[in-house]
Amino acid sequence: MKRLAIHLKNYKAHLIWGPFFKLLEAIFELVVPLVMAQVIDEGINQNAGVGYILSRGALILALGIIGLCCALICQYVASKCSQGYGTLLRNDLFSHVNKLSYKELDKFGAATLVNRLTADVNQLQNMVAMMIRLFIRAPFLVIGAAVMAMIINLKLALVFLAAAPLIAFVLYIIMSRTVPHYKTVQKKLDTVTGITRENLAGVRVVRAFANQGYERARFRTAAEDLTRTSNTVGAISALLNPLTFAIINVAILAILWFGGGIVDSGEMTQGEIIAFVNYMTQISLALVVVANMVILITKSSASASRVLEVLETEPSVTDEGNEEVIPDDNAPAVRFDNVYFGYVEGAYALDGLSVDINKGETVGVIGGTGSGKSTLVNLLGRFYDVSEGSVKLFGTDVRKYPLEQLRTTIAYVPQKAVLASGTIRSNMQWAKKDATDEEIWRALEIAQAADFVRAKKKGLDEVVERDGRNFSGGQRQRLTIARALVGSPKILVLDDSSSALDFATDYALRKAIARSKGDTTVFWVSQRATSIKNADKIIVLDEGEVKGIGTHKELFDTCDVYREICLSQVSKEENAR
Amino acid sequence: MNMKTKELVKRLLHYVRPYRTLLFVAVLSSLISVAASLLTPVLIGDAIDFIIGKDNVDFSQVVRYIGYLGITIAFATIFQWLLSWSTNKLSFSTVKDMREDLFDHIDKLPLKYIDSHAHGDLITRMGNDIEQISTGLLQGFSQLLNGVFTIAGTLIVMFIVNWLLALVVFLITPLSLFVAAFIAKHTHDMFIKQATVQGKLSGFGEEMISNAKVVQAFSYGDDAQKYYEELNQELYNYGYKAQFYSAMSNPCTRFVNGIVYAAVGITGALLAVTRGTISPGLLSTFLMYSNQYTKPFNEITGVITELQTAMASARRVFAVLDEPTESDDSALPEIEECDGTIRLEDVSFGYTEDRILLQHIDLAVKNGQKIAIVGPTGCGKTTLINLLMRYYDVTDGRILVSSRPVTEVKRDSLRKCFGMVLQETWLTGGTIKENIAYGKRDATDEEIIAAAKAANAHGFITKMEKGYDTVVSEGGDNLSQGQRQLLCIARIMLTHPPMLILDEATSSIDTRTEIKIQKAFGTMMEGRTSFIVAHRLSTIKEADVILVMNDGNIIEHGTHEELLEKKGFYYNLYNSQFAPV
Repeated sequence: MKRLAIHLKNYKAHLIWGPFFKLLEAIFELVVPLVMAQVIDEGINQNAGVGYILSRGALILALGIIGLCCALICQYVASKCSQGYGTLLRNDLFSHVNKLSYKELDKFGAATLVNRLTADVNQLQNMVAMMIRLFIRAPFLVIGAAVMAMIINLKLALVFLAAAPLIAFVLYIIMSRTVPHYKTVQKKLDTVTGITRENLAGVRVVRAFANQGYERARFRTAAEDLTRTSNTVGAISALLNPLTFAIINVAILAILWFGGGIVDSGEMTQGEIIAFVNYMTQISLALVVVANMVILITKSSASASRVLEVLETEPSVTDEGNEEVIPDDNAPAVRFDNVYFGYVEGAYALDGLSVDINKGETVGVIGGTGSGKSTLVNLLGRFYDVSEGSVKLFGTDVRKYPLEQLRTTIAYVPQKAVLASGTIRSNMQWAKKDATDEEIWRALEIAQAADFVRAKKKGLDEVVERDGRNFSGGQRQRLTIARALVGSPKILVLDDSSSALDFATDYALRKAIARSKGDTTVFWVSQRATSIKNADKIIVLDEGEVKGIGTHKELFDTCDVYREICLSQVSKEENAR
Repeated sequence: MNMKTKELVKRLLHYVRPYRTLLFVAVLSSLISVAASLLTPVLIGDAIDFIIGKDNVDFSQVVRYIGYLGITIAFATIFQWLLSWSTNKLSFSTVKDMREDLFDHIDKLPLKYIDSHAHGDLITRMGNDIEQISTGLLQGFSQLLNGVFTIAGTLIVMFIVNWLLALVVFLITPLSLFVAAFIAKHTHDMFIKQATVQGKLSGFGEEMISNAKVVQAFSYGDDAQKYYEELNQELYNYGYKAQFYSAMSNPCTRFVNGIVYAAVGITGALLAVTRGTISPGLLSTFLMYSNQYTKPFNEITGVITELQTAMASARRVFAVLDEPTESDDSALPEIEECDGTIRLEDVSFGYTEDRILLQHIDLAVKNGQKIAIVGPTGCGKTTLINLLMRYYDVTDGRILVSSRPVTEVKRDSLRKCFGMVLQETWLTGGTIKENIAYGKRDATDEEIIAAAKAANAHGFITKMEKGYDTVVSEGGDNLSQGQRQLLCIARIMLTHPPMLILDEATSSIDTRTEIKIQKAFGTMMEGRTSFIVAHRLSTIKEADVILVMNDGNIIEHGTHEELLEKKGFYYNLYNSQFAPV
């Protein structure tokens, strides 16, 4: 909780003044019925005169105006403080997420992180505002009204002491019954929309199997289920207003009943009875607010724990204390030294890899899905840390590098080709902020993307929509390759990055990279044997195990797995070419 | 799409009609409960008038009024509950029907609509918009009804009891409406600005977090943070103002209520003193009324905005319901025995009229032939499949399956002739077993297992903790892309369709598994007409006919050997994968 409260530190004054002014307003509000009682008792019943009545009227008006001012000050303070709190928390959370390594990101998943950043932070922000506005005021009004009642007449105030807890109890019972149900309703609504989503995404398959009728029945069941639960919740929550109404009015009834006797004995006046009735109404309003507050707190505490969970997750990969590394040009560009890695304890996704890769070499990595290809290249940029052994870059363990230096040394083309919204140019400048147009065009040429970018009306200034969805899969893939090439990295990693390209383009790309790469070391991860067969070294992986390291020729003769892969894709004679 | 409000209401009423009894109960309950709750302050005031002072309390009268009060409270309580209950039930039932209609309609919409509209938008209509109709329109309606009854009732009673005091309330209360409207107007602008920035901020946050891995790989985090904080600051600037402006309305209306309260009290007291036309009890009644009377005004202002949003939502829902569906084919005959032949006669097609993609295509496929379609991305391979399955209708020419024009048979029976495996795997929420049996839901466990074995999926399924009963999670995160594809293939293996369509079916499966699947496909394709779309040329070589497509046209066709000899487009495509770098 401390981690969440820290951002309130800057708003200490707000947190004191806000509730203070709200309290003042509440006090003025509580005084009004008393003044009105005076109007009735002295003004009417004892004939204090028109002047007296008017002066009391002026007093009520003045109380109202001062109350309004106090309330406005409180609202202003609450708005500033809660928005400010939300802003700081959001920045903090965003920055923290950016520091998490792949392991933690995988654990959470993007969808929930986004949700926590938006909905949950907003919820907490609201909570702060409500805290300032209501936390003090509502309970104060309840207690204050009861105290005022007691001041007027202690005996009759017992009615209050009976009614208030009763109302609170009813509120509690009804809410504790309905609030959990609301979650169920939400879940059932999610099912309903989920089936819709599924049917839209799979519309071709659903229709191919002529299964529309079946899907309709499925939807109907879910919709009926939702309606049933909604009705149950509705019936219970419908009790809330009538029951509180009943209790309040029965309490007023009791006030009249007992009050009659008390007035008769002369202990109390008629005006005071009216004030009593008035306080009763005030209590009921305040109690409803208290009930809403309870709901808000329940919701917010769930949000708080979700946000906290993220903030309290320490990134497993950090570069604290690491100083700039001076690369040793004589050392191998990359050295895997007996590397083991497992995503979960006990199951290795990479099982003892040792290999040296020299500067300027092209390395092919091949294997089936789940063989550990991506794992291998992810260890280079320290997206995960090795479980055992070490990965060295130009003679230094990657764990000794500042992350920034490490990740500018390596340029990475991920499997999933996504671009950020902006322009083509802004995307191309990710790795190198000051890249010139010339550099960008050169990268685009190599990535086989220059032609279609040139065909765009605005060229480099062409708008890229979110995730780059205004480009085709193949175009996106080529742009992500170009993005990686812009900084002229020392190490280039292509993680199955040409899967959406047809063979002709794939070929042209390979040729262009080979021609222009200079002494860049290239890791080329692929499922296609043809993509990597000309590499200087090929690493063959199978379920995390290294099955062979060598050139195409060597491996084709000695490595069964490799030969099998090659033969499944092209015939024997062609492999020999 | 600008539906008139009148028509909109008419259509909504159409949905309410089956539940009109509930509607009747709601209106009646509203009337009774309002009447009862209006009577309460009058009775309380009357009772107070018998509690005047020391030795001046008429107990028998007080008891009488307390009795009346008890009965009134009971009535008010029961009918208030009945009102909530009936409107809830009414709205839930109504929107359920609406949801089902919407779903049924979506299910019948042509692919053309579904492909060209954002799915998220349709889902929002199904979820949020209909929810909005439920809360805003129906429950809002009941609140409005209650509010109007209360206002009218209060006014009537007040004018009957004391017209002068009533006039005071009547004249001052609208002030709160003015204040509320004034604030709302000024808040609106700020809210729009806030919403725009909030949208930008959330969008950017979502984009960066969804792609956090790439962001890290490029050390882009600091830049992203900077921009995020800029947007966030902008949000703060608008946000606190928007919040403050809207938070003003509450104290302000409360202040107006206070004025009404004071005015009633003072005027009443003056009347009592100068003319004696009003008793303290009556004054207390009026004080309670002035509280009660201003409350529905505040509520109604809120309800009206809700109603407007709900109307907009209803409009969006009805807009989908008005989209034309696929033509009715219930009167058309079925294809009983598919003979495996396909003929395309002078087929032209474009997704939009101004851009024709396929042009004058003629093709005759004999039973059992394997047709491979190759060509660069975006050349129209998938389009051909869209036409065969009649997901889209040709612009010109016609397609015959089993010698029957596809437009003259039932769509379902046409589609059942094909078994289709697409590049994008789609699984339904449910168990693995249910997924395999998706095309044949009465399949026995033996059949399902046999199909899984044929697709080479049995191995990984049995390795999972719950085997065939493993639930496929939404998004299918517990299965790899390859495993998902294997399930899609098993699904087809179970139905034994007469013809096959494989659209890049094995592109996401590793090569070693692929060999096994290819074998399974081989057996399955035996004697069956098959269409194969693939990047991997090795899969294509054995085809009886290879169609080479480019820019929407079939530019070459023939067997692998014939095409190589031609030394044309295919020859270049094929060789590019073996050329040395």
